[in-house]
Amino acid sequence: MNGLWDWDAAWAVLPELLLAFVQVTLIVTVLSTAIAAVLGLFIAILRMSVPKPIAAVITFIGDFIRMTPIVVQLLFAYWTFLTIEPLTIGIVVFGIHYSTYMAEVYRAGIDSVPKGQWEATTALSMSKRRAWTAVIVPQALRATVPALGNYAISMFKDTPFLLTIGVVEMVRAGLTFGGNNFRYMEAITLAGVIFLLASYPTSLLISRLEKRLAYNY
Amino acid sequence: MESNFEALAEAWPRILDGLWITLQLTLGGALLAMVIAVVLGLGSRLHNIVLRGLCRAIMEFFRGTSLVVQLFFFFFVLPQLGLALPAMVCGILGLGLNYGAYAAEVVRGSINSVPTGQWEATTALSMSKSQQMIRVIFPQAWALMIPSLTNYLIHMLKGTAIVSFITLADLTYHTEQLREQTDTFFAYGVSLVIYFVIAYILTLIMNALEVRAKHRLGRGESLREALTPKTPETAAAEGGRKA
Repeated sequence: MNGLWDWDAAWAVLPELLLAFVQVTLIVTVLSTAIAAVLGLFIAILRMSVPKPIAAVITFIGDFIRMTPIVVQLLFAYWTFLTIEPLTIGIVVFGIHYSTYMAEVYRAGIDSVPKGQWEATTALSMSKRRAWTAVIVPQALRATVPALGNYAISMFKDTPFLLTIGVVEMVRAGLTFGGNNFRYMEAITLAGVIFLLASYPTSLLISRLEKRLAYNY
Repeated sequence: MESNFEALAEAWPRILDGLWITLQLTLGGALLAMVIAVVLGLGSRLHNIVLRGLCRAIMEFFRGTSLVVQLFFFFFVLPQLGLALPAMVCGILGLGLNYGAYAAEVVRGSINSVPTGQWEATTALSMSKSQQMIRVIFPQAWALMIPSLTNYLIHMLKGTAIVSFITLADLTYHTEQLREQTDTFFAYGVSLVIYFVIAYILTLIMNALEVRAKHRLGRGESLREALTPKTPETAAAEGGRKA
């Protein structure tokens, strides 16, 4: 058991890691990305349609959430809503935290829609709601897809922060195995390898998508 | 409410100790990250394909494996290999390597976006390779890279909040302790506000660095000019340009 690498330990821990990966890491990434994508768009549009002082307050709250650690936010939510399952808290907190990033992405995307498009919606006497949903948002989204993908990856790599509120995600599963067997080498290394194998191809895919979606007005 | 503030006053010296740990990690990590970013960023522009490939592989490796995994690797696994580092060193190594790899991409991208005319000018002046980089290219790239580096600096500050898992009693750890004496809302409110203020100060410092870097390139006002409050007349004289 004293060698550098013990294949028996590696095979023993791998199923536990993969189980935690599927049951927690992937689920949190997918659900939180969905929350962040929708909430972010809502915040971005809200900020552009309310009077300036209210928009400033929304911006401040967004900055506050974005500039403070997600670990503290997780702990805060965990101790405030003790009756709610930690996994649910994790999904919601990750969603809200990253929605503040995504709101910035959408804002940039909406700004990148040429002014002429707005003027066209007025010329066609579209309602404000229809202008947003039929003209502006579809064009803005195209510019934002790669950035959203990159934030999804960065959220994926942040999921180990969930161990602070006792969610057994992949790293926690690895640590528990390591503690029980007095061997951290295989568990921690494999967790890192799984992160790398999942995130690197995805980021390559996103940068290809970015080139394909690059849009010239 | 009274007891909340009493508990805070009582815990304040410990919170300051924790704040000091957080700042050491952030600044130490930032310095290490900057060194790594410059080495890997320049390395990934080399002609030698082996060295370039090596630099890119290191970058992708530290970006792709999560920060927490790296911290735990240094803290839990290295001792098994006979290398037990102090927790603070593990923290700075983990943060510095992870964010250094991210920042390397920023360094590489910024150097690439310095206009080719600048490179040609250095050749025309027959500057040596190191002179090119130190005197002409890097100062211009530096002004370009500061905004992205600021983002990563804030990320790094937020990342330090996990270090109580490698036995460091940082700001998060001490506000956790505070929670036992006060309302949950109060304890975490204090913590979040402190983190926000640090992040805000770091952003201001980085913005000042950016103004200085641009001024040294002959673009924009100097830091002193930027900081002097403008009367409406001087602002009008500048053609209403934004301060």
